[in-house]
Amino acid sequence: MAEERAPLLEVQSLSLSFGGLRCLDRLDLTVGEGEIVSVIGPNGAGKTTLFNVITGVYPPEEGEILFEGESILGLDPHRIARRGIARTFQTLRLFLNMSVKENVMSAAYGHTKAGVLRSVLRTPGMRREEREIEQLAEKRLAFFGDRLVGYRWRQPAFSLSYANRRRLEIARATAAKPRLLLLDEPAAGMNPVETHEMTELIARLREDGGYTILVIEHDMHVVEGISDRVVALDHGVKIAEGSFAEVATDPRVIEAYLGTSATERK
Amino acid sequence: MTLGEGPEQPRIGVDEWVASAEERRARSPLARTQDAVDRAPAALKLLALAAPFAIFPLFIDSEYLMQVGIDTLIFVLLALGLNVAVGWVGLLDLGYVAFFGIGAYLYAAVASPYAGRYWDAALAIPLIAVAVAVSGFLVGLPSRRLAGDYLAIVTLFFLQLWLVVLINASWSRGPNGIADIYPLEFFGRQVTSLDGNYFVALIAFVLIISFLYLLNQSRTGRAWRALREDELAAELMTMPVNRLKLMGFAVGAGVAGVAGAIFAPVQGAVFPGNFDLILLITVYAMVVLGGAGSLVGVTVGAVVINASLEALRDASNASWLFYGVIVVALLALLKPWWQPLAVLGATVLFGFAVHEIAEQARPSLVGGTSFGEARIDELLDSWVLLPVDIVTADGLPTGWLGRVSYIALIAAALGLTLVRSRLWQLVGLVPVLYLAACVWANLLLANPAVTRFVLMGAMLVALMAYRPQGLFGKQRVEIV
Repeated sequence: MAEERAPLLEVQSLSLSFGGLRCLDRLDLTVGEGEIVSVIGPNGAGKTTLFNVITGVYPPEEGEILFEGESILGLDPHRIARRGIARTFQTLRLFLNMSVKENVMSAAYGHTKAGVLRSVLRTPGMRREEREIEQLAEKRLAFFGDRLVGYRWRQPAFSLSYANRRRLEIARATAAKPRLLLLDEPAAGMNPVETHEMTELIARLREDGGYTILVIEHDMHVVEGISDRVVALDHGVKIAEGSFAEVATDPRVIEAYLGTSATERK
Repeated sequence: MTLGEGPEQPRIGVDEWVASAEERRARSPLARTQDAVDRAPAALKLLALAAPFAIFPLFIDSEYLMQVGIDTLIFVLLALGLNVAVGWVGLLDLGYVAFFGIGAYLYAAVASPYAGRYWDAALAIPLIAVAVAVSGFLVGLPSRRLAGDYLAIVTLFFLQLWLVVLINASWSRGPNGIADIYPLEFFGRQVTSLDGNYFVALIAFVLIISFLYLLNQSRTGRAWRALREDELAAELMTMPVNRLKLMGFAVGAGVAGVAGAIFAPVQGAVFPGNFDLILLITVYAMVVLGGAGSLVGVTVGAVVINASLEALRDASNASWLFYGVIVVALLALLKPWWQPLAVLGATVLFGFAVHEIAEQARPSLVGGTSFGEARIDELLDSWVLLPVDIVTADGLPTGWLGRVSYIALIAAALGLTLVRSRLWQLVGLVPVLYLAACVWANLLLANPAVTRFVLMGAMLVALMAYRPQGLFGKQRVEIV
């Protein structure tokens, strides 16, 4: 269990329904500065919905979201992203027909300034900014070893393998210079070696970039390997919170994953 | 296991295949050429693109062709502007030519006896560009949250609204349009010659394509392409999608405004009919044919389409194209090689047989001359059925056989699709081809104005089937 940290993200009593379906039910969640928190839960538990509400894709019905102590409720998603929350997507939403490097460079939009006029006149400031974005992109891509460097820079994103696309999503999210990184199943679809590598990379992300990380993950080895704290959701309700060992042995979590009889038999 | 270490096992994070990619690439001459073109300085590429336009007048001494040249450059400007909305931002904007109209009418409003003003073009054109860009912004405001089909319908509505207002309002002088528009005047010097207007259009082209190129190679261009790929992801990656869309609308509209401001003084008059759906479709065809998203592509697309449409005004050119396309299509589509030859040979024999029988049975069915003047039309006069009364005594086309064979052609073509056996398909193709030739000689050649669009459409369909991304477009992948 992590020591007391200043909260970076505070989610208070968050609720959201689609029709009659209660996806998030008075959910409370706090993520401390520099913490890695995993969100687990069976399919349909509301994990991705939680990410969507935090990033402003869906407005919640009730509740409050504080980031760095300020409410981000009702802000446009791009404003929330500029405040310092970047995410990856479970279903992979890369800019498929753009080059690998351009994918990463595009996410620097929020912290760059050159407008139409300066871009067309190619002012020195604009050129410097472009060089900086390019270097940033190269640095972010180099984070994944040799996989996304060299000739890959110029390749379209659709030419990448599934695992490399997941890596590119992370590189793109970090290029937005976030403080909080939301990773939606970063190891999904990866083979055991790649999954292991991703576990180490997530830890390194925090060391190198100083990001606070909220991660949704199904692979329990990854969750065990990276998490300071684990939060378990089921039907939009938080059913357990604590260290991996605490949550993994929680009867309610086992019930949520395996059904009632699993706990009764104990 | 630690990251990237250990001599025995393959290093994690290192991909041999990727690492050797540059080497393998350097061995291919095609890739080397591609790289060389990619790395060439932008100014050199611009020069290569603009040079043909610049030397065009040196070889031309006909006024008609100079006029075609000016029209082509105006079309190029229109295609470049549409490419911003369609090719880069990915918005299906069907109201685009309204901005061309607004630009033209604005020029009429600042430089015509009707308006009682004569502004210098060096002032008028930039101001019109800005004003039309603002109008694009305003049209974008209610539309920016609409996607795909909905946006298309709303923008089409704006175009129709603009046309209805133009035709009915008093300030636009209704369908009569505004005539006697003053020629362009730069710093007190009037541009009246065709050459002068051509060079004004050429300078506008060079400036605008440079503007668009530089804009595309910036964070704005990247953000446009990103939001075309995935709006939600772009928004969540810090890009203000709605504002970027409005910018795309405005920039595209501004370019169309410049085209309008050059078009109005060149034509000397503006009418509501100049900005109709046909024009919209033509400009779209240019962007699609050339390759949406590519500046070189849409430029070439505009030139190819406008030049083809002009060439097809002449019925003899059209005939060569028509028969040529049929022969090439047969050779390309029917395999093995003897099949197209057999079909073509059978069609020739079939035609002579039908012609002979008709001549014996009802001599009035043959003996007319077709409307085409090409060598091929003269050759075919004794092959296709051309009734004596193909023209009235006044020389007006009747084309009754054309209409009859048109209906027969459709029926026969539909019937052919129901045939399963390969042999009978080939046999059925013979009368279908002959009927098509009859329709061509009797009906389509009589109306070259309509026919050129039919041919253009057929060419587009054929090109899109083989190269859906357009001539210079990059193949796009939607789902992998």
